[in-house]
Amino acid sequence: MGLILTEDQLILRDMAKSFFDEKSPVERMRALRDSRDAVGFSRDLWKEMGELGWIGILFPESVGGADMGYGELGVVLGECGRVLAPEPFMSTVLLGGNAILLGGNEPLQKELLPDVCSGNRILSLAFQERGRFAPYAIETKAKRDGDHYTITGRKSFVLDGHVADQIVVAARTAGSSGEREGLSLFVVEADAPGLTIHRDDLVDGRNGAHLVLENVAVDGARVLGTVDAGADVLDAVFNRATVGLCAEMVGSFEEAFERTLEYLKTREQFGVKIGTFQALRHRIANLFAEMEFTRSIVRDAQTAIDEGRNDIAEATSAAKARCSEVAPLIAGEAVQMHGGIGMTDEEEIGLFFKRLKAAELSLGDAIFHRNRFAHLRGY
Amino acid sequence: MSTANLEEFRQEIRTWIDENLPSELRVGTRKDLPKKLLSQWNKALISRGLVAPEWDTEYGGGGLDRKQAGVVKEELNAVRAPKLRTFGVAMLGPTLLEFGTEEQKREFLPQIARNEVTWCQGYSEPGAGSDLASLQTRAVREGDEYIVTGQKIWTTGADKADWIFCLVRTDPDAPKHEGISFLLFPMKQEGVKVSPLNLIDGSADFSQVFFDGARAKASHLVGPLNGGWTIAKRLLQHERTQDGGSEGGITGAMKDTIFDLVKREVGLDASGTLQDPTIRERLAQQELEQLGLRLTMRRAGEEMRASQTGRDIASLGKYRWANMVKDEQDIAMMAMGAQGLGWSGDGFGADQLERTRAWLTTRADSIWGGTNEVQLNVIAKRVLKIPE
Repeated sequence: MGLILTEDQLILRDMAKSFFDEKSPVERMRALRDSRDAVGFSRDLWKEMGELGWIGILFPESVGGADMGYGELGVVLGECGRVLAPEPFMSTVLLGGNAILLGGNEPLQKELLPDVCSGNRILSLAFQERGRFAPYAIETKAKRDGDHYTITGRKSFVLDGHVADQIVVAARTAGSSGEREGLSLFVVEADAPGLTIHRDDLVDGRNGAHLVLENVAVDGARVLGTVDAGADVLDAVFNRATVGLCAEMVGSFEEAFERTLEYLKTREQFGVKIGTFQALRHRIANLFAEMEFTRSIVRDAQTAIDEGRNDIAEATSAAKARCSEVAPLIAGEAVQMHGGIGMTDEEEIGLFFKRLKAAELSLGDAIFHRNRFAHLRGY
Repeated sequence: MSTANLEEFRQEIRTWIDENLPSELRVGTRKDLPKKLLSQWNKALISRGLVAPEWDTEYGGGGLDRKQAGVVKEELNAVRAPKLRTFGVAMLGPTLLEFGTEEQKREFLPQIARNEVTWCQGYSEPGAGSDLASLQTRAVREGDEYIVTGQKIWTTGADKADWIFCLVRTDPDAPKHEGISFLLFPMKQEGVKVSPLNLIDGSADFSQVFFDGARAKASHLVGPLNGGWTIAKRLLQHERTQDGGSEGGITGAMKDTIFDLVKREVGLDASGTLQDPTIRERLAQQELEQLGLRLTMRRAGEEMRASQTGRDIASLGKYRWANMVKDEQDIAMMAMGAQGLGWSGDGFGADQLERTRAWLTTRADSIWGGTNEVQLNVIAKRVLKIPE
């Protein structure tokens, strides 16, 4: 796979673009937010994406998927990003779905994944316990009790947690917070006794949730990966989810960039188009360069996963380091160049600004990933 | 060419490289390479037609198609073969192929491909830097010759060059872009004086060139009379592509990578992490920038080959490349501290002195070939199409 879209991917992109243009303009996301919709996204639209085969892109045909890769999923996620579609790719496919795919045994995959692919099952992953991303900072405990485990602790930032059917919970079976060893992953039913799910509204209009787990019982057969070595699955899931998130981010900041470019060409002050001012021309030209570099690096990370290269972690951190650096730059300049109107809730550029901030900080910001990149590169 | 044939060709090139490139030279394009070996290698490149692989054989080229030429480039890069890249090959050649007459191609291209004639580029003038089109050097027709009067500056290698490709004003009354022509003439003649300039890095590769009645054959005017500006811009594009496309830039020419240097100067802790987290950040950013440039150039190549809507990224590449190589030397200086402040003397390692000079040399990279500010103007106007 090269750095440009293949013929098939170009066709997929055109399909996705017309799908989202027609069914999901940015106003739809705004309406869901303003009405404080009970679900927070459209279950019907999600099922349509299931019928089109997009939800199942990553999953094997044996569970109803399309058995394709991040090159294809990235195309769809990029178009989601362009219109800020809040459908649950992150919670259900990239995090929850990937955890089952990479860590689940065959019965568990057969049980859960077909409904995921059709859009009838929502999943999430509960790992985070504090604000700043730190993948192994997990205190939630799981104690073994015969053939099952009981989990006690608190989780935050569980995406779409309030509507998830199952939540994959990362908990500590050994060791202490911060250690990579001693983590395990459990598939927990949303209605399990002892689990309470509190919906939280996020700054980008999407849905998080915080969970309280009090002696929640989980069958030992619903462990993903190996007990105490859950981080092996978790790391692989994070790499893949991060690369997916980057694809969405590229779509969002390209759209924010293009809208800003258009604004510079139309908005007049002092009797001239503001795009004639060199102070603005140089800045937007530099943003363009940032954007092009980032797009190349993100595409390369997708290829790394799809070709099973041995530098997936490096390529992932390179992509997210760049995305998380460039996203606030472009989004910040987009608001600035829109001037006063950019501060209004009515102007859509602010919605991009907020979504890009959420994405920037999710799964590790630029500093986190530059550090990880440097570590992996041996310095 | 089919994929199978292309693979066969790759094997052929590999074998040829193995037979002709000694291991001492597999260290990139550096100034301190053994002269005799280098000259043998250059001769081998010339006789195999690999100095200008894509030119027709009748012009001294290798007669390869784009994919084959790509294979040659990849294979040479893979073993860090020193490059024989001259102004003639990189800039004048492509320009003549596009705009030259048949006679001009036959006269000049084979000499360039055989590296027999050294060229320099007469563009900038004291009063025409970023505003290149305001150049004043005059060429007046006299019989079948032009008589050239004026001054050029920042002319690389002018003191060693045999010929110059030069922008001259042939119609002083026309609007500034419309009275310029592209003229070739010999440097070794009365009426041409070269005076090297000493730069902040201690080098004197650039010169001022004075023309006082220098002579050029009228048949050596390239393209239409007064149509030189289009050619000039096209040639600058070749120049920018060369820079942006040259992976690693100045780093490739040094013994130590910036990563080796920083590790050595700053030191690693027990866990293998650089002692200074801020320099570590800067280094990671530098590496990501190198990665971004390399991948973006490769992507542009793929876009071109697949005839997808490519974007003009020559200016973008030049601009980011310049910042990147400057930043690399800034990091080196930061890491070396006082050891980076040596000009000469035993108190400093050869590699430290080399880095310090590189820090000074690379200041020029965001100035020549169009300053960063000019590149940003070009991106805004031509790529993003924002009306002025």
